[in-house]
Amino acid sequence: MSDDSALDVMGLSLSLGRLEILDAVSLSLRAGEIVAITGESGSGKSMTALAIMGLLPAGMRPSGQIQLDGRDMLSLSEREMCRLRGNDIGMIFQEPMTALNPLKTIGDQVLETILIHTESSKAAARLRAAEVLMRVGLPPEKYSLSRYPHQLSGGQRQRVVIAMAIVLRPKFLIADEPTTALDVTTQAQILALLKDLVRQEGMGMLIITHDLAVVGNLADHILIMRRGKVLERGPTKQLFAAMSHPYTRMLFEASSHQVSLPPPPPEAAPLLQVCDVTRAYQLPRKGIFSVAQSFRAVDNVSFTLRAGERLGLVGESGCGKSTLTRAILGLEPVQAGTITLNGAPVWAGARPNRVVRRNIQVVFQDPYGSFNPRHKVARLITEPYHLLDAPLSEQDREAAVSEALVAVGLSPDDGGKYPHEFSGGQRQRLAIARALILRPELIVFDEAVSALDVSVRAQILDLIVDLSTRFALSYLFISHDLSVVRSITDRVMVMQAGAIVEHGPTDQVLVQPRHPYTQSLLAAAPRLPPLPKRVAQ
Amino acid sequence: MLRYSLKRLLSLGISLVVASLVIFAVIEVAPGDPARFMLGINAQPDTVAALRAELGLDVPKVQRYLAWVGGMLSGDFGISYTYRVPVGQMIADRMWVSLPLALMALTLSTVIALPVGLYAANRRGGRGDMAVMGLTQLGIAVPNFWFAMILVVIFAINLRWFSAGGFPGWDAGLLVGLKALTLPAVALALPQAAILSRVMRSALIDILSEDFMRTARAKGLTRQQALWRHGLRNALIPVLTIMGLQFSFLLAGAIIIEQVFFLPGLGRLVFQSISQRDLIVVESVVMLLVFAVIVVNFAVDLAYVAVDPRLRTQL
Repeated sequence: MSDDSALDVMGLSLSLGRLEILDAVSLSLRAGEIVAITGESGSGKSMTALAIMGLLPAGMRPSGQIQLDGRDMLSLSEREMCRLRGNDIGMIFQEPMTALNPLKTIGDQVLETILIHTESSKAAARLRAAEVLMRVGLPPEKYSLSRYPHQLSGGQRQRVVIAMAIVLRPKFLIADEPTTALDVTTQAQILALLKDLVRQEGMGMLIITHDLAVVGNLADHILIMRRGKVLERGPTKQLFAAMSHPYTRMLFEASSHQVSLPPPPPEAAPLLQVCDVTRAYQLPRKGIFSVAQSFRAVDNVSFTLRAGERLGLVGESGCGKSTLTRAILGLEPVQAGTITLNGAPVWAGARPNRVVRRNIQVVFQDPYGSFNPRHKVARLITEPYHLLDAPLSEQDREAAVSEALVAVGLSPDDGGKYPHEFSGGQRQRLAIARALILRPELIVFDEAVSALDVSVRAQILDLIVDLSTRFALSYLFISHDLSVVRSITDRVMVMQAGAIVEHGPTDQVLVQPRHPYTQSLLAAAPRLPPLPKRVAQ
Repeated sequence: MLRYSLKRLLSLGISLVVASLVIFAVIEVAPGDPARFMLGINAQPDTVAALRAELGLDVPKVQRYLAWVGGMLSGDFGISYTYRVPVGQMIADRMWVSLPLALMALTLSTVIALPVGLYAANRRGGRGDMAVMGLTQLGIAVPNFWFAMILVVIFAINLRWFSAGGFPGWDAGLLVGLKALTLPAVALALPQAAILSRVMRSALIDILSEDFMRTARAKGLTRQQALWRHGLRNALIPVLTIMGLQFSFLLAGAIIIEQVFFLPGLGRLVFQSISQRDLIVVESVVMLLVFAVIVVNFAVDLAYVAVDPRLRTQL
């Protein structure tokens, strides 16, 4: 590995039919350097990475030049590109859960990179694979090479993917949203590992991420992209200090968007009361005659949400927050404890209580998956009407649809459209309209803004706050994103391994956390540098 | 793995018991006297009574069921009313035709379907793919007896490579036997191959868009290598399911083909027994077929586990 290796992209353009995907993108990467491309979805950042790897979808031909140590990669044959991929340039991807072949052991998958490119014996390759797995934090004595991907957690799988990419000590590493699907503490570990690898092995890394906070702590250089164009570029510190392009500033502001949350009504009556709730799942029996073990996903949880309050629930994946949400929504019975809304139980006997269900509505994370694509909007957002005792008249229904659509900033005409005609942000507005249509007292937001771009997320957060005052709503806001919870909740609960380990006013818990777990969460969360005072115009 | 196999074996046993109960109930306990039914409407009362006694219909139902099941377990399937020979012997003779025929057809359909599916998936949307899709559509739409007749016209009547029908028996030699089964096996296999290649194609296309295929390419594998090393085994899971269903179908569903080629197979035996009201034979053959289907499913379940390590820890 020479220290003067260089990857230069010059005037890279790409179009699909009349749609321009990349427009004269240029960047350069040197050994030992980290360059970040950031931007919102559709900005072309992932396409840039795939173009460098020569792995664009079939039918796309880029123009311009991509030079690796002075050699134009775009003029290489497929066979030559195969020799280069994994050998000179390694790549890691966003989804560690699906990036590995589920049917092959992790050892074999790391080994494969070596065997494709070198003449080394299988035994020697195995030795090197073990060494690299050790390097990425998976010591073979603990994580045997014969493990399968499904036996590892998301973070561990991402380490395997990294091991596969770096096993031949490539000159360059391309990381496409490498930590987006991971929890904050895992994200911090993976980012630290990547940074370490770049510095110690002298690799050059191109990291692609939508998260400005990640970029700020990691990259030497930043490129801001929108709609296939590089809008602004520069060394990280300078770029953050200058922010000469308005879009950069907008991104930055939206990322640290603060909503103006009105104070909650003082000493309001309790609305939702969760009392000693336990939800356990039976694990598969170990032997035919052994007693089945159970796993407590929610373990003796109690809390009260008062009318008009915005309560946050944070925790990492697997902590039990989704199980608790399902129990509150009455989607699943609990083994012990009670959940009541205004004193009425969520479960009435063996079935969910309709009166309570009417008063609790939910907005889910995925604005694409949570609508039946074959129904029109008017039908989709009136779905909660099945909870009514008597059906509404056609007129009242239409009036309610119009009102709900207007309330979330859409037009009454949108009722006749199908969900695919809306963008992700608009769909999340539709989901909110659906939650709003029965005029519930409580809306549960389950990671409701996690899948949105920062600028859209800021708008949706504003809408959520605005609705809470207009319709006197209470919120339970579930998220893994501390910055979102910080801005939109009055009180927050931190959940770990099925139990609430800390709760209190948001300002207090997220500024002076007492529980070590909350402290570690906060320490791991990447932070944006403070916004420059000067108004960029 | 052992525990999983035992569990599957247990469920196999339960399925067999339930199946035997249903078959027994439908044929023996259903309204109407089997003896009278077997002898036809014009039978004399004393003949019916004699047959009832011979069939053991005069003993209680539970006892009869147990005797039937017990008999089958010890290899005694009873005596055919029409032919006056042990049913077990009849089935065994026919099995030597039907089982090799089904295996040949399944092998052929797999040998045709997997490469064709691979080829089509690899050229998705291209001319080769379109040709495959068109041909397989035809293969599914055209009934297998029509293929059979075309094959007879071409290879037996015009080219005279094969005989038009009949089965000389395995005593005449392995090659002679295989040759007699070739045309029927091809006729049976073609529609199955059409279905299987479509399944293979769509399974592979799904796999090709998986993230791990992109990871494989990023390592430096060529498209072909990635497909062979990472795609094929993953695509095998849906293919195995269909193959299991097809084998069961081929074993029992060859009635028409056996008729076209005058093959003394199980399908023809059932067909004849039903028309001759030989209920003992029908009952036993149906039970045997159910047994075959359940055993094949058991084998498919074990194959899943062999292919997919995720199932090994789950169970």
